[in-house]
Amino acid sequence: MAKLMDYDRALELFEPVLGFEVHIELSTKTKMFSDAPNYFGGEPNTNITPVDLGLPGSLPVVNGQAVRYAISLGLALGCSIAPTSRFARKNYFYPDLAKNYQISQSDEPIAFAGSVEVELPNGRMFTVPIERAHMEEDAGKLTHVGGATGRIQGAEYSLVDYNRAGVPLVEIVTDIIYGAEADAPELAKAYVSTIRDIVVGLGISEARMERGNLRCDANISLRRRTPEGEPPAPLGTRTETKNVNSLRSVERAIRYEIQRQAAILDEGGTITQETRHWHEDTGETSAGRPKSDADDYRYFPEPDLLPVVPSDELIEELRAALPEAPAIRRRRLKAEWNFTDLEFQDLTNSGLVNEVIDTVAAGASPAAARKWWTGEIARTANAQGVDATTLVTPLQVAQLVALVDDGTLTDRLARQVLEGVIAGEGTPQQVVDARGLAVVSDDGALIAAIDEALQSQPDVLAKIRDGKVQAAGAVIGAVMKAMKGQADAARVRELVLERATALPE
Amino acid sequence: MTNDLTRLTADALATKLAAGDISSVEATQAHLDRIAAVEGAVHAFLHVASDSALAEAADIDRRRAAGEQLHPLAGVPIAIKDVIVTKGMPTTSGSKILEGWVPPYDATVMTKLRAAGLVSLGKTNMDEFAMGSSTEHSAYGPTHNPWDLERIPGGSGGGSAAAVAAFEAPFALGSDTGGSIRQPAHVTGTVGLKPTYGGVSRYGAIALASSLDQIGPVSRTVLDSALLHDVIGGHDPRDSTSLTDVWPSFAEAVRNADVAGLRIGVIKELQGDGFQPGVMERFREALALLEGAGAIITEVELPSVEHAIAAYYLIMPAEASSNLAKFDSVRFGLRVNPKGGGTVEDVMSATREQGFGAETKRRIILGTYALSAGYYDAYYGSAQKVRTLVQRDFAAAFANADVLVSPTAPTTAFKLGEKTGDPLSMYLNDIATIPANLAGIPGISVPAGLAAEDGLPVGIQFLAPAREDARLYGVAAALEALLEEKWGHTLLSQAPDLSSSEMNATDEGAV
Amino acid sequence: MSEITQEQVTHLANLARIALTPEEIVSLTSELGSIMDHVATVTEVATPDVPATSHPIPLQNVFRDDVVGQTLTAEEALAGAPDHDGSRFRVTAILGEEQ
Ligand SMILES: [Mg+2]
Ligand SMILES: [Zn+2]
Repeated sequence: MAKLMDYDRALELFEPVLGFEVHIELSTKTKMFSDAPNYFGGEPNTNITPVDLGLPGSLPVVNGQAVRYAISLGLALGCSIAPTSRFARKNYFYPDLAKNYQISQSDEPIAFAGSVEVELPNGRMFTVPIERAHMEEDAGKLTHVGGATGRIQGAEYSLVDYNRAGVPLVEIVTDIIYGAEADAPELAKAYVSTIRDIVVGLGISEARMERGNLRCDANISLRRRTPEGEPPAPLGTRTETKNVNSLRSVERAIRYEIQRQAAILDEGGTITQETRHWHEDTGETSAGRPKSDADDYRYFPEPDLLPVVPSDELIEELRAALPEAPAIRRRRLKAEWNFTDLEFQDLTNSGLVNEVIDTVAAGASPAAARKWWTGEIARTANAQGVDATTLVTPLQVAQLVALVDDGTLTDRLARQVLEGVIAGEGTPQQVVDARGLAVVSDDGALIAAIDEALQSQPDVLAKIRDGKVQAAGAVIGAVMKAMKGQADAARVRELVLERATALPE
Repeated sequence: MTNDLTRLTADALATKLAAGDISSVEATQAHLDRIAAVEGAVHAFLHVASDSALAEAADIDRRRAAGEQLHPLAGVPIAIKDVIVTKGMPTTSGSKILEGWVPPYDATVMTKLRAAGLVSLGKTNMDEFAMGSSTEHSAYGPTHNPWDLERIPGGSGGGSAAAVAAFEAPFALGSDTGGSIRQPAHVTGTVGLKPTYGGVSRYGAIALASSLDQIGPVSRTVLDSALLHDVIGGHDPRDSTSLTDVWPSFAEAVRNADVAGLRIGVIKELQGDGFQPGVMERFREALALLEGAGAIITEVELPSVEHAIAAYYLIMPAEASSNLAKFDSVRFGLRVNPKGGGTVEDVMSATREQGFGAETKRRIILGTYALSAGYYDAYYGSAQKVRTLVQRDFAAAFANADVLVSPTAPTTAFKLGEKTGDPLSMYLNDIATIPANLAGIPGISVPAGLAAEDGLPVGIQFLAPAREDARLYGVAAALEALLEEKWGHTLLSQAPDLSSSEMNATDEGAV
Repeated sequence: MSEITQEQVTHLANLARIALTPEEIVSLTSELGSIMDHVATVTEVATPDVPATSHPIPLQNVFRDDVVGQTLTAEEALAGAPDHDGSRFRVTAILGEEQ
């Protein structure tokens, strides 16, 4: 177990310097270079053509839709689209790589020089510089057999399924990120989450981290702080942490690496340039392969493929179709909904912005939508240990709000109706009907109950008639009790005063 | 005796088949018999598909009898260079590493041959992965030149050229990366054409160098090559480098052959020094005949040709080193487990050590070097620039000439074993053919006669601008007619009759 | 322009995953040296003003429609494999890691 330095102390001594490589699997119908289905669940080695298997004689052909998706993503990242981009071969031997080269874009990516605005939980806005976004192909899937852990170490043999081979990827590479300081872990999480929002908004990827649709490799190094007036210390040696497959892990892995590297450096040690593997279970990283001169990928332009030269018309068409950037959208919504900073922060942190948008679209007021989602629904989700979005739909919430607004339900009744909806009893209206939860709005029934209450309490009746209107409270309480709470208290009060004068002496 | 059928051209066979004079089974059987008679001496084939060939032939005969409208070449037998992936026939590319591999798919050219009803006789021998000019680098032993069994049949497509020259097949498919169709044609007295790059699909041709490889026809007559080219050519969406051009009928170009007014540019750099006198003699004679028929002979310069071989021997091995990485013992082919076990890396390294021959390993290492960190710009990068210079030279030359001409190779067939110890001298032999591959332009080699000093065939090469393959068929057919008129016979009618010399065949292992 | 050493050839053989014998390394070192002496002349004419040509016939934007085609069956895919478990290709233990 590696020695870790206290996080705050590490930040006092060192400045964290970050960099991310995020791989996005595009949700095209077919693969990057073959017409095999872009789907890799199911029976091994069935979604493959000679191309994906790297059979002798087979040749790649670029999926035009993948190119369009990559351009859209590049534009959404604020990148310039290269007038000419090219595929190259990255040569290295590995059993999951059928041809023993990966077709990727090395020197000439389709998109370059962009930036992404990221909002941190503390409200800080951060601009992450994007170096490039390039197209490439995924590799097959290895299963290691015979080792104790199912990991590569100690395995007797490995099995290869090439269904994933050739799945289209866009790799987004940031420039070096300075200035994150103590927010580095949160920035990492917010960055990946923003990328996820962008690709989901574009509709170009499922972006499910747990399924590997979105994978993040996190580069981190520490730079020793120097006293003011002195020149800055040189950049430290970086490590690249792989296998980080949840937003929470991204944050934890960065924090862990900062603390680990700080402890080593503080004791006069050196950081090895290497890949490190994140272990979700233990919350640690472990050393992987050191970078060496064996990493000579012998890149050269892929002779089987031709340059990609997107027309201005295509780029403008795709630009016009771009959805709003997440950060801009957030700012717009906050203003439109008239939320305070705190209210909006709260909503963002709950991860339920899209649900509120959809609920408002279905007719609810923003305030009510926010109140229900971040209140009762989030509480129930928390108690049940599930995702709030799995409990109810935005439409159901909007219907519930409408029932409150038109006086059919009180807040208290509405909570009971929500409980019924969550229990799967149907739409809010169906729950109201089935459970008989609606506010009694039939004056006849109310008058009967009021008359009975007044007549059973003649002293109270007398006081009301004397003008001591506050005495009506006792009658109202009795009526509400008789109506099992399903009455509008204000209406009851109105009727009580009316009946007190109307009743015969 | 059915043996006569093997002396017919593909065109003549097609005519007899269409007329019902012969059946495809008869034509196929005649060629299988010929193969059985001469293969011991020639060794042109790595796989003879007797059963499937006869079955395919019988199917064509049945369909013809049923009145089905068939392609004009339906039922004509053909030989396939083993670089081409064939469903149901083993495909090795001349390498031990692929021994016994039966591909699960057909190359596009195979799909086209099958659709036209051509009958595949089998797979022809070649230098391993098409790396060579002599077919001596085949892992399965060399092919022998039917004109002189102790000599090379050229390479890498020595098997296809020898099969055609030895009347084992009327025509064949070849592939040409630096001359592998044209140089074997030159040394065997046959015709071979490398199409414009992108003119014929590369899908299913086991890649040597992707930016240089082209599949093309090999035959005894210019018309037969054109007929075959008409079948295999055209756009293929499975090959990104495939041209979308609508091609004219090449057979039509042969039938309309006329050189009157045609400007023929003699390449200054591809004659003289290093070119055998007998080769130059036949070359000049051919030019004189063409001039007599109305062609205008001029001289053109291609100054960058001097660097073409250097550029080629960087680009080709660089691309090859990457293309051949897929032979790793995981998904197909040979696996060698090192003594005492080892990791998958060790298994891959042992497999590639044992599965590849010396020339393949040499070129992989050379190509790996040319691409490796720190050397890329100087070697691969510079070679790509030379390629630009060669293209510019051709563009300038074609401004003054409709076609260019040179001997196809500096010498006639050399002896088996003569150059295997000196790779560089073998490489230099490709001087005349390589420039066309670098520039992507089409080139054809046609027989020009026999060299006086050794009685061996000599070829003449014509080059045309990209997409002008039809021009080559025209000029080649015109020359063929002029020469045959002069000789009073075809060149191949003068080749030794191997069926009688079969017993004296050079022992394969003796070379 | 460059002396090729046995160490270099050994390194290249490792990159190319070929377990060359010591004899092969010796002979390839000298062969490579003489071949490189010859081909290195390309550097003399490849001046900075000359653009590189990677494809002999210039084309661009060659794309495929995103339409599913025919796939191999697992049986066809595995038919030529040296070793498999009925559905996946089997390889000996891997020591190195993914890139
Ligand atoms: Mg591999
Ligand atoms: Zn990548």
